[in-house]
Amino acid sequence: MVWPNNPAGAGCRAGPYRRHIVFVSEILSEKTGGRMSDTQTAAKSGFILPRFDKLGVLIAVIALGGVLLPFMIFRANRIVLGEPRMIFEALATPEALVLALLLAAGMVIALLRFRAGLKLAASLIILIALFVLVGRSAYFLTPPDDNFARISPGAGFWLLVFAFALLAADALTRLRLKPWPRIGILALVALAFGILLATGSLNGVSTLKEYATRADRFWSEAQTHVLLAFGSVLIATIVGVPVGIISFRLPKLRAALLNVLNIVQTIPSIALFGLLIAPLAWIAATVPGASLIGISGIGVAPALVALFAYSLLPVVSNTIVGLQSVPEAANDAAKGMGMTGAQRMGWIELPLAFPVILTGIRIVLVQNIGLTTIAALIGGGGFGVFIFQGISQTAMDLVLLGAVPTVVLAFAAAVVLDAFVEMTSTGKPQ
Amino acid sequence: MIEIDAITKSYDQTVVVDHVTLTIEPSSVCAVVGTSGSGKTTLLRMINRLVEPTSGAIRIDGEDTRNTHAYELRRKIGYAIQGHGLFPHRSVGQNIATVPKLLGWDKDKTRARVTELLELFQLDPAQFRDRLPRELSGGQQQRVGVARALAAKPNILLMDEPFGALDPVIRSKAQEDLLTIQRQFETTIVLVTHDMEEAIHLGDKIAVMDEGKLLQFASPQQIISKPATPFVAELIGTGERPFKLLSLARVGKFVEPGSAEGDPIDISATLRDAYAELLWSGRAALPVSEKGQVIGKITLDQLSSHARPQ
Repeated sequence: MVWPNNPAGAGCRAGPYRRHIVFVSEILSEKTGGRMSDTQTAAKSGFILPRFDKLGVLIAVIALGGVLLPFMIFRANRIVLGEPRMIFEALATPEALVLALLLAAGMVIALLRFRAGLKLAASLIILIALFVLVGRSAYFLTPPDDNFARISPGAGFWLLVFAFALLAADALTRLRLKPWPRIGILALVALAFGILLATGSLNGVSTLKEYATRADRFWSEAQTHVLLAFGSVLIATIVGVPVGIISFRLPKLRAALLNVLNIVQTIPSIALFGLLIAPLAWIAATVPGASLIGISGIGVAPALVALFAYSLLPVVSNTIVGLQSVPEAANDAAKGMGMTGAQRMGWIELPLAFPVILTGIRIVLVQNIGLTTIAALIGGGGFGVFIFQGISQTAMDLVLLGAVPTVVLAFAAAVVLDAFVEMTSTGKPQ
Repeated sequence: MIEIDAITKSYDQTVVVDHVTLTIEPSSVCAVVGTSGSGKTTLLRMINRLVEPTSGAIRIDGEDTRNTHAYELRRKIGYAIQGHGLFPHRSVGQNIATVPKLLGWDKDKTRARVTELLELFQLDPAQFRDRLPRELSGGQQQRVGVARALAAKPNILLMDEPFGALDPVIRSKAQEDLLTIQRQFETTIVLVTHDMEEAIHLGDKIAVMDEGKLLQFASPQQIISKPATPFVAELIGTGERPFKLLSLARVGKFVEPGSAEGDPIDISATLRDAYAELLWSGRAALPVSEKGQVIGKITLDQLSSHARPQ
């Protein structure tokens, strides 16, 4: 290790000097979050780099690619092939200049080693600017009184969003925020987009034009989607946690059960949806009252059953793993002090296993929000309806109307549940 | 009083504890010593029925332990284990309050008891009550573990290698604290250890076990001077015997009138400490002091005569 300005002086004994170095480098590693300090990096690689951030280089390259690819796509109507529009073609000159300056500044900030707070602020400003300007561009590019033209964001726009979202995510990781501030930032971002959508500044964009013609349908499918994804996870939790507890106590059952659930997990999702059509149709036809409560071969019921089946393995296995991770000494002490089996489960085992169980629930929730799109294939509804309609009509805007909300929902669920997992694993909620 | 009567535990064909019979007097410390696999932990765990015996009986104050529910029995018996076994998600105060809570003590009584115990173990209640176990040092965690075992004022305390994870300095301090508390509350302690030194230091009686059998159950003096089998002798270590014997007695009992040259030794020191000091300083006698006043001397000759069986 190169250590300039030996602070302990040249004539000192090796012992305290070494201690001193360890001490200083500990402080450094604490500040840089375990990363090597610049001097260390330079010393290791053998030449002095300017203060470049490695991930920043990647981000700048992606952003540069974004600038060079078409910012917007213009189509005279919904299904014709699009024509690319670069930044300076897609926006009025002053706005294009502002965007160019912002992007240049953003790339410089990404490249150099600035504080994480500054990087986060820069990336958020650029992201908001990108979305605002996409809205402006849509109005700018639409010929007057033309209802058929479709203006959609191009590959350049999406690459830019990706680059600066990456920058924001990296900055957030480095900031090591506590769970509540993380949820707060998520809420602020959601609020910002809510305002953008509510004020209509994005209404010129093609996907929102698709939305405008089917707003009612959108919200009812959204409701179905949330119901299917959250409902299946809820049922899987209610069933899976007790099953996990029982099979934790009975090792023979555990092995058999986990094998079955593993096999279920390997069935392709479309096949599982399809497989359920016959038995559920049979139940609906033969069991009295079954069809009255909504059971049928196609529709919501098989979708819910399939999603539930997929959720069961992660919930059950995480419950078992969580219970297994309870320190043996704590369990032995609990038993030795006279706790009954139920008391140990309620006071010691479940609370200690809870963060792991919650992690399982987070996995299935994010997974099911995505999987629910397939439910549309068997008439289950949800955002998948727009995706499959869009595919069949080769209307990408319609596909995005289904895909974007799905991704946003899954992302938000992941952030919120990650925060909960962290809160519970510290032992006590803050 | 704990009466262990021909207790046996076997798993399938393997006999882990083989017809062990011994009686532990009230308010005494019984140290169970043996190598790993000797059955000492199983013997301990049969006392509070964490392990159910295959045959034989255990009576506590004349009452067969099988006459009460296992969990009710355990609430009346303190239990402390190696690595403390504290509940990581509960505060120090909640950990200590475990058995009182199980027994349904009211809040004020429990809180007062937790305060009392924290003070007894030299942990400031204001500072430590609400901390989580992982925020404590190893020695502090161990003290909380013992405090928790004593929370409901049990007459009997079972300890399984309670000091096994501590470094030597903290370990001897913890041993002293345990003896002080044991004398104060007259608790009957059954302590499992693999360390003969610890057993000699803490035990009023020592039970030596090997391969499930009780080889010898006697006072430390007898164990050292008259080991029942070669294995017991080996556990003590023949080269160590004189020093172990010396470590059992205190200087106070052997003070002679008169004085000697050099720094004095305190009256509460063991004969072993005095012997070491004599050898180290090359003297034939040491002045003995009590509260800073020299009250007599102790000589090398006298020590030598006590370093072998009487």
